[in-house]
Amino acid sequence: MDRKEILSELKKVLAPYTESKEMLAGINEETDLIKDLKINSANLVDIIIDAEAQYNIEIDFDAAEKMYNVGNCIDVISEKINKPA
Amino acid sequence: MGNRVVITGLGIVSPNGLNIPDFLHAIQNGISGIRFVPEYEDLKFNCQVSGMPEFEWEQLHNYITETSLYGLKGKGIAYGIKAALDAWMDAGNEIVSEDTLWETGCVFGSSVADTDVIKNAITRVDARESKKLGSRVVEQIMNSGVTAYISGRLGLGNKIINNSAACATGTQSILMGYEYIKFGMAKRMVVGSCEYVDRYVFGGFDSMRVLSRKFNNEPGRASRPMSASAGGFVPGSGAGALILEDLDFALARGAKIYGELMGGSTNSGGQKNGGSMTAPGQEGVIRCIKDAIADANISANDIDLVSGHLTATIADKLEIQNWVHALGRSGDDFPMVNSLKSMVGHSLSAAGSIETVAAVLQLKHNFVHPNLNLEDPIPEILDIIGANNLPTTKVEKVINTVAKANFGFGDVNSCLIISKYNNN
Repeated sequence: MDRKEILSELKKVLAPYTESKEMLAGINEETDLIKDLKINSANLVDIIIDAEAQYNIEIDFDAAEKMYNVGNCIDVISEKINKPA
Repeated sequence: MGNRVVITGLGIVSPNGLNIPDFLHAIQNGISGIRFVPEYEDLKFNCQVSGMPEFEWEQLHNYITETSLYGLKGKGIAYGIKAALDAWMDAGNEIVSEDTLWETGCVFGSSVADTDVIKNAITRVDARESKKLGSRVVEQIMNSGVTAYISGRLGLGNKIINNSAACATGTQSILMGYEYIKFGMAKRMVVGSCEYVDRYVFGGFDSMRVLSRKFNNEPGRASRPMSASAGGFVPGSGAGALILEDLDFALARGAKIYGELMGGSTNSGGQKNGGSMTAPGQEGVIRCIKDAIADANISANDIDLVSGHLTATIADKLEIQNWVHALGRSGDDFPMVNSLKSMVGHSLSAAGSIETVAAVLQLKHNFVHPNLNLEDPIPEILDIIGANNLPTTKVEKVINTVAKANFGFGDVNSCLIISKYNNN
């Protein structure tokens, strides 16, 4: 799965957690989850749980801390997909 | 003395109505919300009927944000949000406020945080999967979940309190809100209570043998307050909410006024002299009603309607005796009495707020709703207050003042006195 495919899947994971649907439709690797998508910081753990289920991976605490924008999320997910837990 | 407190908004989630117009129609026409529950038969409960609102999650779509609704599983919280926000809108307000409303607070009660949500947490944690619980569990298993959702949505900045006093919760929450306004601590309060009776809470009551079990095939006849053939109460779920306002605050914004909350009282018999964990003591109940009348600065003779607690247990007879003693009235001189529980069952924490909404509607629209299933009143009740005060069909009658009381486990009592708003 390349970065573009992961990004398109990631949109579905993020959808329930943002009210900014238009912003979500146009996300790129620079989009910040909290500042741009206005996601409640408490919900980041839900996004990680959903991403783990979506990609059948495990995201540890250290990796999770890096997931604050779309590019970081894709970094973590693609790394884990290539090295399944 | 203190500030006058008026009621400017009502909201309801009841087994026989999910909004005020439907609920008003139901209580005027004696429409029961009690249904047979196949699951309860499967669980081998003695009582297999209950009053459950016909609530669907999508009904909350315009009430809270989509992100907040996603992940909300607690039905008691959901009922509370809907009732409170409906009351807020009924009072002429917009749901979304840009700024914090420092003059407005919330007292909203509940008994048990949603055990469906708790069960999910228990199952996950015991399976060593606590990591998968996510961020939305704690806010729904804390008792103050319902006030947190309501106050957050409306931007309320005054006192935000979740109260709990078993079956007296709802009337107590209303009384607390009243006191904050009366004594100048708030200008406006969102008050009420909610209850979702799930299978575990239901099972606990069923095991106490205090539930109706002889009318599982005729659900509409199962809740029979004051009836000689009553054999226990029918659990119900739902929520009721009211907007209370300082009179001047309400007048200044041109609010419609349903009535004035004249006063009230909440106390306990201390579980002495006949009072116990599960039964109200006579002295405490009589004091509570008398104190409410004194707080309201009215005479017992002014009361046109008693909206009783009257659950359909052996306590009904004692309750009527207590009212007779407290009011100093009996026979044809006694006010009319009714029990909403004959239509919707006993919704525990929510009972007081749902029944107060019904009381305000009777005050506003000048009627006394029927007591269902009262074809055979308990003889001792007939002896002391007579048949004329126990309507079985709607009675059209000017209601100037209503007394509303509830009594709960722990020997706790609450009583409210509500009158028509009089501009002098």
